[in-house]
Amino acid sequence: MAVVKADLTACQGYANCVVGADDVFDIDDDGVVVLLKKRIAEPDRARVVEAARSCPVSALVVADDGADG
Amino acid sequence: MSRRTAVIVGASIGGVRTAQALRAEGYDGEIVLVGQESALPYDKPPLSKAFLAGTATDTDITLLDEEEAAAAGIRLELGRAATGCDLAGRVVELADGSRLRFDELVVATGARARPAPWGDLSGVHLVRTAADATALRADLARGGPLVIIGAGFMGAEVAATATAMGIAEVTLVDPVAVPLSRVLNPAVAERFGRLHADRGVRTRFGVGVSRIEVRGDGLRVFLGDGTELPAATVVVGIGAVPNDEWLRGSGLTIEDGVVCDQFSRAAEHVHAVGDVARWFHPRHRRLVRAEHWTNAVEQANQVAHDIVQPGDRAHKPVEYVWSDQYDWRIQLVGRTGADLGHEVVAGADADRSFAVIYTAPNGELVGALVANWPRALITVRKALIAGTPAGAVHETLTALGAGVAVRGG
Repeated sequence: MAVVKADLTACQGYANCVVGADDVFDIDDDGVVVLLKKRIAEPDRARVVEAARSCPVSALVVADDGADG
Repeated sequence: MSRRTAVIVGASIGGVRTAQALRAEGYDGEIVLVGQESALPYDKPPLSKAFLAGTATDTDITLLDEEEAAAAGIRLELGRAATGCDLAGRVVELADGSRLRFDELVVATGARARPAPWGDLSGVHLVRTAADATALRADLARGGPLVIIGAGFMGAEVAATATAMGIAEVTLVDPVAVPLSRVLNPAVAERFGRLHADRGVRTRFGVGVSRIEVRGDGLRVFLGDGTELPAATVVVGIGAVPNDEWLRGSGLTIEDGVVCDQFSRAAEHVHAVGDVARWFHPRHRRLVRAEHWTNAVEQANQVAHDIVQPGDRAHKPVEYVWSDQYDWRIQLVGRTGADLGHEVVAGADADRSFAVIYTAPNGELVGALVANWPRALITVRKALIAGTPAGAVHETLTALGAGVAVRGG
């Protein structure tokens, strides 16, 4: 299991994450990311990491569950 | 059997993301990331914005530091330029004479700024590397006037950043009467041209630069109509050229970039990624080279996947480019252009938020431009990937702009 974290102040609404994984990420009317779920099952991990790394302002992190924070 | 080795040449966004994606895909061989610059890999979009302004530091724009590289098992070979490649021997040759053996090669050497054809004068800047942006920032600290040649996204962003830095006299010059009028429809392109004038930037469109001279301790830019523009600093933003020369004679096909198939393969065991790649785009059924951040990232993911699971995923992205100018965000998705049908849909604040959807002669939705309207951006990006009909997208956007609640989208 992994968890996804979003830095809402860094997010600029580029929406690359939504294109990469629209089951996990959405963008609200103000252009800020919304996490549709926080826990990521292992089979989805590579795909969600790929979506997180497509963020132009590095606002998204996928970490091991139980990691600090 | 010895461990396999992937050598990635080029340590900007395409190279770094390929290295990371290889690990995410489960590649267990050695990964070597070769970069010409000695600085840690860094991100380029901020160079004309926050990094130029001085509000983002070197650390802020770092893409991969030593610790992250070590944790991912990526060997950094920085400050080392590749000069050649022996395909048959599977060896990359470096400027210092050393050779790197590879099982898989990824070409990610990007593009460089097209040099100014008006001579190499002190005070005339290109903006492509962190060193370029640092040097420009130092010159801008002395004040204006600033003349920017080329009103593409880079030039427009520098104009906006310099204005925000308090440079009073900024002039944007472009030989095209309505800059961006080929990639957008002229009416929308004119709106972006007016954006500069609204913020106090002078525009000289439809007239080219004939020469630049040093005058006293400043510069003078001579335009084709005889106008002389005094300048303390000049920025030239007239496009980029791919860094493909080092592969000439290698046996790879080089034609304004490294020519690749739909899997971004240039040859057996050789892929190309990002600005340097000219690949066969299955959606457009022709060779395409894209100088876009998002393409480099998506192609890096695709190439890493293709190395681990060959032939499983072609590279057929829906293009996405953004530009931040003043307090505006302009985003282009898919194909846009003056040769396409287009319809404008107003957002909540019609003067600054709007979308333009572009259609092919058969009525198919092929692209969109979105200004300052996040919900519309999501709608069109999803619609282009899903192949949603233009009429339905128009309807959804119209409802969104009118403030009507829309399900899904």
